[in-house]
Amino acid sequence: MAKQVPDTRNVGKDAMTPEGTVNRAALAAIFNPEDLNALEMALQMKDKIANATVYVLTMGPQRAADIIREAMFRGADGGYLLSGREFAGSDTLATSYALSCALRKINPDIIVAGRQAIDGDTAQVGPQVAEKLNLPQVTYAEELVEIKEGEITIKRRLERGTEVVVSPLPAVITVNSSAKECRPRNAKRVMKFKYALATSEMAAADQKAQSFIEERPYLHIVEFAAADVNPDPEQLGLAGSPTKVKKIENVVFQAKEAKSLTSEDKDIEALMQELIASHTLG
Amino acid sequence: MANFYLDNKDLQYHLSHPLMKRIVELKERNFADAKVYDYAPQDTEDAIDSYRRVLEIVGDVCGEVIAPNAEGVDHEGPRVVNDHVEYASGTVRNIEALNEAGLGGMTLPRKYNGLNMPVTCFAMANEMVARADAGFENIWGLQDCAETINEFASEDIKAKFLPRVSAGETCAMDLTEPDAGSDLGAVMLKATWDEAAGVWRLNGCKRFITNGDGDISLVLARTEEGTKDARGLSMLIYDKRDGGVKVRRIENKLGIKGSPTCELVFNNAPAVLVGDRKMGLIKYVMSLMNAARLGIAAQSTGLCEAAYREALKYAGEREQFGKAIIEFAAVREMLKNMEAKTLASRAMLYETARFVDIYKQLTHISHDRALEAEERQEMKFYNRLADGFTPLAKMFASEYANEVAYDSIQIHGGSGYMKDYACERLYRDARIMNIYEGTTQLQVVAAINHVTKGTYLEQIMRYEENERTEATKAMGEQLVELRKVYEQVVERVETIDKECNGYKELHSRRLVEIAGYIIMSHIMLRQAGEMEEEYLNPTKIFVKYATKKITEAAAYINASEAEDVELFK
Repeated sequence: MAKQVPDTRNVGKDAMTPEGTVNRAALAAIFNPEDLNALEMALQMKDKIANATVYVLTMGPQRAADIIREAMFRGADGGYLLSGREFAGSDTLATSYALSCALRKINPDIIVAGRQAIDGDTAQVGPQVAEKLNLPQVTYAEELVEIKEGEITIKRRLERGTEVVVSPLPAVITVNSSAKECRPRNAKRVMKFKYALATSEMAAADQKAQSFIEERPYLHIVEFAAADVNPDPEQLGLAGSPTKVKKIENVVFQAKEAKSLTSEDKDIEALMQELIASHTLG
Repeated sequence: MANFYLDNKDLQYHLSHPLMKRIVELKERNFADAKVYDYAPQDTEDAIDSYRRVLEIVGDVCGEVIAPNAEGVDHEGPRVVNDHVEYASGTVRNIEALNEAGLGGMTLPRKYNGLNMPVTCFAMANEMVARADAGFENIWGLQDCAETINEFASEDIKAKFLPRVSAGETCAMDLTEPDAGSDLGAVMLKATWDEAAGVWRLNGCKRFITNGDGDISLVLARTEEGTKDARGLSMLIYDKRDGGVKVRRIENKLGIKGSPTCELVFNNAPAVLVGDRKMGLIKYVMSLMNAARLGIAAQSTGLCEAAYREALKYAGEREQFGKAIIEFAAVREMLKNMEAKTLASRAMLYETARFVDIYKQLTHISHDRALEAEERQEMKFYNRLADGFTPLAKMFASEYANEVAYDSIQIHGGSGYMKDYACERLYRDARIMNIYEGTTQLQVVAAINHVTKGTYLEQIMRYEENERTEATKAMGEQLVELRKVYEQVVERVETIDKECNGYKELHSRRLVEIAGYIIMSHIMLRQAGEMEEEYLNPTKIFVKYATKKITEAAAYINASEAEDVELFK
């Protein structure tokens, strides 16, 4: 899974609109950086397993097909673009719902994604997809140690070190920026895949380009509309997004150290009480 | 996100040159490959688009991987471990990245898994790699050896070695020995036929071999026992996988420290013959050297670009007397001249590369079918120009690399003399460029024939026919006057030389330089006519500089009498 994001790393004055949303027109659209780390890890799996294929799934407007082509230039076999008005305004919950519907249809053996996208920084979508598909998840993955039939071994980056975990497959892996950088575009792949188009792009292209792709099915990027992935319409887009942005402000972190909690109910309960008391939640 | 292609408009301009269309036609031969290979282009536009995209990848790897590694590689350098070379860690990473990007075998045909790109594009790639790390360019640029294999070796040898170059294996050309540097006819490395094994055996040593421990080496060796000159030398391929060659030491050099310069000991090393016996130096090394010289021209141009950019950046940041030093006229003039030399060097490089492309490709076609009369003429025409222009491109670019690197330190002032800035490395790296693959003095020896035979004059007259714009008209007329000066001094030198042997030799560098300055000015002028905004001012600056150099050289010749030959003895 990958996302096309506005390049927020070098922001100018016009990066935000007066309404407090990201001014997408002013920022270049790029391949989310940690999704590139994820792509590299997926390609390493492909290198290790004969006949393995890597496909990129992204949700976004038509131009998000750019990152699928980019992934194909770097080693992916193809991709799926999940696109349509129904998905507009999705928060992480609606996004992970839509993606999980598409994934049910694609039915991959393993799902790899970046830890988080630089436009939202939530790191929620990967784990939510895992929950929705009822799959185990390995987060903060830094290195693919081993992959074999039904099992994957991953080194994870922790706050003060690393740990190596083994997970059954299928699973969802979210990859950290400390993982190996993605390999560059490959010359022959660029020449081979440069004319690849998603279904709606094809419809808008001239006759010559269309017949060119029809003769070469590997140039066709599959495009799913909402109806293609059988979703519950109530859970899509704005309707399916409980998140409401109240206001945006700059926050300077006061606490010097992070607080560690266990995953036990009483710890989570205590945290919730604390957040409600401080009006962070509620 | 540094990209050495996207940030260089001048480089991009050269890809759009009108002659590129003819080059694509010859390279793709009716686009027959499109039916066989999924990465072959459908038409000319498609091919040039692919070239652009591949160069963009090279630019990305150069900006993101090779350039950031350059300083570490310069410090760490290669080592000899168990008789073999171990590269600096940054070098290993560079090779890995370029191979992931699939950039081996750039010019090789697709049947050997190559990218089938023109020499012009390979030179562009070399230029960018050299801008990122000049020493590393030596290692990577040696894939050019494959061109010589492709041109002269048997199909068996090609099928064995060329796909390996495409897969990213490195090459070396083992020519020089302790007693055979510029004078390669003195090579003594012995090759003897081993009847039982059906291979040649190499014995002896080689010195100053760039990337001497490369995977595939072209070796110049003496196959004809008892001979002492060039006629006893043949070209062979040594495969590192076979073993038999030890690296005795790596030279400790002033610059290009990441590039291992090896002393090699051959001990019964097996090798296969390329082409015909006895043609090693006479034919194959000459071809190899011409390609290598173009490679050094590209390397030098890349170094000019790097040194100029370093200086420009520093001059904009460094403040003295309350303002950035770029505000001072003396600094600005230096920068403008550095820029003009960089552009002129590049203009000369790609003009030459285009000539090489056309004649080389027609040569390849002539191996498959008889050329039409028109094509034969075209091949001869461009062959002559390529031969004439290659020494000029190598000589000017490498001298400019030194001059621009020198000025880059000057602009950095005292800081530039410290190890803290890249300009000191560039200065050290540049110093070899006008020495190896034929010193500037030897380029003059190659070029002076074209002064005598009129190659340069004819081409200058052709350039004079170019259309001028309002803005370039006056400079065009000025260049006509300079051409007349050239003709006058050539005539003077030839006349006196008839009476006094050695006079032409005394002035040959000056004559070659005058021709070169006029030619570079013409190429720049054509660019200024096409893209006034980008090129008019640098062209004006270059023509001023050229005029000064020509006037100076002509005055020297006109004041030089026959007895000067004795004076300099």
